Amino acid sequence: MTRTLLTGNGAAAWGARLARADYLPAFPITPQTEIIETLARWIDMGEMDCRMATLESEHSMITAAGAAAATGVRVFTATSSQGLLYGMEMLYTVAGWRVPLVMINVSRGLAAPITLETDHNDILAARDSGFLQLHCATCQEVVDAVLLAYRLAEDPAVRLPVIVNLDGFHLSFTREPVELPDGDLADRFLPTFDPGPGEIRAGKPTSQAVAVLGGGPYSYFRYECHLAALAALEVHRRNVDEYAGLTGRRYDALECYRADDAEVVFVMLGSFATKAKAAVDQLRQAGRPVGLVRPRLLRPFPEADLRRALAGKVAVAVIDQNLSIGKGGVLHGEISGALHGVSGAPPVIASFIGGLGGRDITAEEFFEIAGQTARAAESGQVPPPRLLYTLHELAEMRKLQAIAHVERQEEVPGP
Amino acid sequence: MYRIRFHGRGGQGMKTASRILGSAFFLSGFEVQDAPRYGAERRGAPIFAFVRAGRAAILERGNIDRPDLVVVADDTLVAIPGAGVLAGLHADSVLLLVTTVPADDWQQRLNTTGTVLTLPPPGGSERDPALLSALCAGAAARLTGAIEREALIRAVDEELALYPADTIAANRAGALAGFDALAVAAGRVGESGAVAADGYDAPDWIDLPADGVGLAAPTIHAGATSVEVRTGLWRTMRPVIDLEKCHRCTWVCGTFCPDGVIGVDAERYPVIDYDHCKGCMICLAQCPTHAIAAITERQGREADIAAEGEQA
Repeated sequence: MTRTLLTGNGAAAWGARLARADYLPAFPITPQTEIIETLARWIDMGEMDCRMATLESEHSMITAAGAAAATGVRVFTATSSQGLLYGMEMLYTVAGWRVPLVMINVSRGLAAPITLETDHNDILAARDSGFLQLHCATCQEVVDAVLLAYRLAEDPAVRLPVIVNLDGFHLSFTREPVELPDGDLADRFLPTFDPGPGEIRAGKPTSQAVAVLGGGPYSYFRYECHLAALAALEVHRRNVDEYAGLTGRRYDALECYRADDAEVVFVMLGSFATKAKAAVDQLRQAGRPVGLVRPRLLRPFPEADLRRALAGKVAVAVIDQNLSIGKGGVLHGEISGALHGVSGAPPVIASFIGGLGGRDITAEEFFEIAGQTARAAESGQVPPPRLLYTLHELAEMRKLQAIAHVERQEEVPGP
Repeated sequence: MYRIRFHGRGGQGMKTASRILGSAFFLSGFEVQDAPRYGAERRGAPIFAFVRAGRAAILERGNIDRPDLVVVADDTLVAIPGAGVLAGLHADSVLLLVTTVPADDWQQRLNTTGTVLTLPPPGGSERDPALLSALCAGAAARLTGAIEREALIRAVDEELALYPADTIAANRAGALAGFDALAVAAGRVGESGAVAADGYDAPDWIDLPADGVGLAAPTIHAGATSVEVRTGLWRTMRPVIDLEKCHRCTWVCGTFCPDGVIGVDAERYPVIDYDHCKGCMICLAQCPTHAIAAITERQGREADIAAEGEQA
């Protein structure tokens, strides 16, 4: 194995290369484009045997990806944010075809207002599509997750497409040391895809995407998707064991960091979880028993693992880098649902919304989240959801609004 | 951990500088994280890039709030608040400016007693931003005192592996020039610790007020606001039309201009709106009579000042 500095985008491209992806339908969007550019260069230089096609939209790109996967070739593609939403119709469709492929999503906040920076509303919009989801926190995890994703998607008991999610900027453009698996090792873990008897051939046509009416057949097909996704929990567990045996790197459905003896636990997704780990280390030094639980696998949802990890805790602080408008943090709802009625469920499951549109979460904020959550447990009062937003930020916002309104001499209130 | 920020304009190679320094640290046995940070991906817009390096795995991410070293490749950025060049500088931080203005003057202008170091811009640097990036990387490497010459050279070679040999040689020389120029301050930049969980400053979180839609929608209540944003300030290279050579075709340069800033005057000569020209030089590449030349923005400003003097 070679240890080298790679961006998250570079790691994603290496994942596709090590997986020997055969087909790459592509459409550019920031902050994902570098993945496609890297692969295009390798294909052009003859370093990678893959057919690349540029499509005219993400909708077509995902259609092409699904159609190609149905023929039994290994398909890789990537998108982000607005692009993911533009292709949303085909996410549900392709998952319904029961074809395996791996798509990277580089998380980026959604318009309006438009931004380039990261949050998880894009990937969570795809939550119910039938694509399984692996969420990454480091560049190392990205390359490993791509291999694990193919292995999961192609398993005959699963046969669903998988999205590997990485955060824009904080992973996509950030270089970190990455240990690249050798090609032989990747080949051993991920043999050539065998589509089995269902594969489409020119001489053996099949009709995909049949129409059904009456509800019964529809319920059957959708619920079969659901059962396959649930079966993926056990398949992934086996794959993780095997991958850990080969590489020494374990990627259980949940990452639990100093969580065993923790009283207060942070729960969050994505790359900011490494910041939470740094905060946990500092809090431990100050004598406060805090830990972190990070779902890597979001779909299927590792509900039993979460119950085991969080039952008996004094309090949980769910930090959502997303916002379901009119509800609140998406993960908070999911965690609360998983723990409801469970014996030993933490009495306090507090909700914090932070990191929207690339907004930083500082070490001090993690300390404060831990402190407020612990105090809530003492008082028994569950605090209302808290947006991480400071007085200083509002003052800066008011300045922008004053500029936006100055021409018509409209009044803007103070912070 | 070392926490280092590079500031410059898009095109001046600060991402490259951060990667050369990051690789040099990595080759010296450090755990490393480096990343560029930008909004509008345009030549000349303020960007920054950062490097973290330490002996243990790096868990921090994103903005560096309290830098140990800030390197500024373009001194015109200091006066632009949005560039955030000075953000988070503390008593032990070092500020390194690429500038012709002496360090004492900067200390006075910035009203700081902190360490300010300066480096003269490399000769003709504006024509070759790559040299500026290598210079900054080399200077930063020396300031940490943690990187040897060999690691710096190898980092340059790795970062520029896809470039021709003479470009690599020039960048090696640039990096070493920065490395040697800061010999007097070798090791001046130290590592700093993480914020401790006891005795921290609590964030002043507030409950957002529910504002009316007139305020809360992301709208600028005025028309044609983009005209007011002088994106010409981003320019590092300036296209100049030689009217002797111009055939007054009236369309090629203006049609290819991606920003639509080349108009035509009453005599059918093209006129560049320098308030909004970002200096992409597509007009130069397209002009069939080769009537458009490129000068550095510094040369352009000097010519402007001379012309104003003549008028006065």
